[in-house]
Amino acid sequence: MDSIHDMGGMHGMGPIVAEEAEPVFHAEWEKRMFALNNAITAVGVRNLDESRHARERMNPAKYLSSSYYEIWLDGLIRILSEKDLISEEELSGAVASRPISTPRPAMKAEDVDVLMDKGGNYLAEDGKPARFNIGDTVKARNIHPAGHTRLPRYVRGHKGVIIQDYGLHVFPDANAHGRSDPQHLYSVKFASTELWGSEDGTDGDYIHVDLWDDYLEATGDAA
Amino acid sequence: MAHDHKHGDPLPETVLRVKSLESLLIEKGLVEADALDALIDRYENKVGPKNGAKVVARAWVDQDFRDRLFSDATMAVAEFGFSGAQGEELIALENTDQVHNVVVCTLCSCYPWPVLGLPPVWYKSAPYRARVVREPRKVLEEFGTSLPESTEVRVWDSTAETRYLVVPKRPEGSEDLDEEALALLVSRDSMIGVKRAESPAKGGKA
Repeated sequence: MDSIHDMGGMHGMGPIVAEEAEPVFHAEWEKRMFALNNAITAVGVRNLDESRHARERMNPAKYLSSSYYEIWLDGLIRILSEKDLISEEELSGAVASRPISTPRPAMKAEDVDVLMDKGGNYLAEDGKPARFNIGDTVKARNIHPAGHTRLPRYVRGHKGVIIQDYGLHVFPDANAHGRSDPQHLYSVKFASTELWGSEDGTDGDYIHVDLWDDYLEATGDAA
Repeated sequence: MAHDHKHGDPLPETVLRVKSLESLLIEKGLVEADALDALIDRYENKVGPKNGAKVVARAWVDQDFRDRLFSDATMAVAEFGFSGAQGEELIALENTDQVHNVVVCTLCSCYPWPVLGLPPVWYKSAPYRARVVREPRKVLEEFGTSLPESTEVRVWDSTAETRYLVVPKRPEGSEDLDEEALALLVSRDSMIGVKRAESPAKGGKA
């Protein structure tokens, strides 16, 4: 979806403010929010792409005026509500908590390190054959899916070169909406001047973006 | 993201809402309070940029390890016991005089947790995400990193589950230092690529 989260190249966001000796968390509620969002992964009620898509659907004005963990709070409540696992009435205490069942049990304290050391798996064994090879010049398609996508606006319609094939990966545009549609993921190298023009780009600088097969089209240019 | 309200100073309703959410999720059996504490402890005290600094220092002194790191970073950092969430497919990028790599996630906040821990606020902020893909040299200047025109800048936008770790160039004058002392020169920011490794003369890290 074309919303405010997709901000590569935008103007007017102000200066980058780096905090000296920044703590990992700035408040107790941030710690709890971080932990809630990670612990709940274990029960298997929502995947990573659904989680990201929930966050990017936050009202754009609110997104820009919220801190990072406020966006996580909004996103987690949104996705759990959509899956009918929680409700605003339960959150406010207006009604009693309704029992639910989950595919897997909750994360135990003693399993935290094992589960986090293991992480997720986004690779797939089977999927669509690769349409492109390393060295191919490709064009990022000019598409504007209303659902989740990891194709940033700033590369759409622009030509780049495939420098790496990372193999078959779950496709986020499908995975956020109940399918997986595995396909090849590539590292695509775009010239700065191709993306930003000769006036605003810099000759000899490059932007590398990881893009799935469906995001790309052949250009017919010689490699 | 906003700079007009402090991150430790949210609206009271945010704090209350997080509390309500935690209570509800515990009641429903979706999370357990002890596991939340353990997760916080892990990322506040155990997993952080010191991990990445160890990896970089090893790569500076051990050519075989360096080769393994650049051929399969996920496997190489696992030798230190670093692995898992938000680092399942790790790729190491080498900074040299010819090429300077810098990492961003323009769409959200993707960051290599097993080696760098959780990202700083500026990395997740709108200004960094918006600007570094368009004007990386200017952004690097603001971090005190001035690059000659002859150095190629490569910006890596983490749009997938691949995660990037920048291996800064070993600083001049560090020839006599051992691995442990070298690791102290490797700041978090140098592994994101917005800074260089510290020079031993200056000591400490920024």
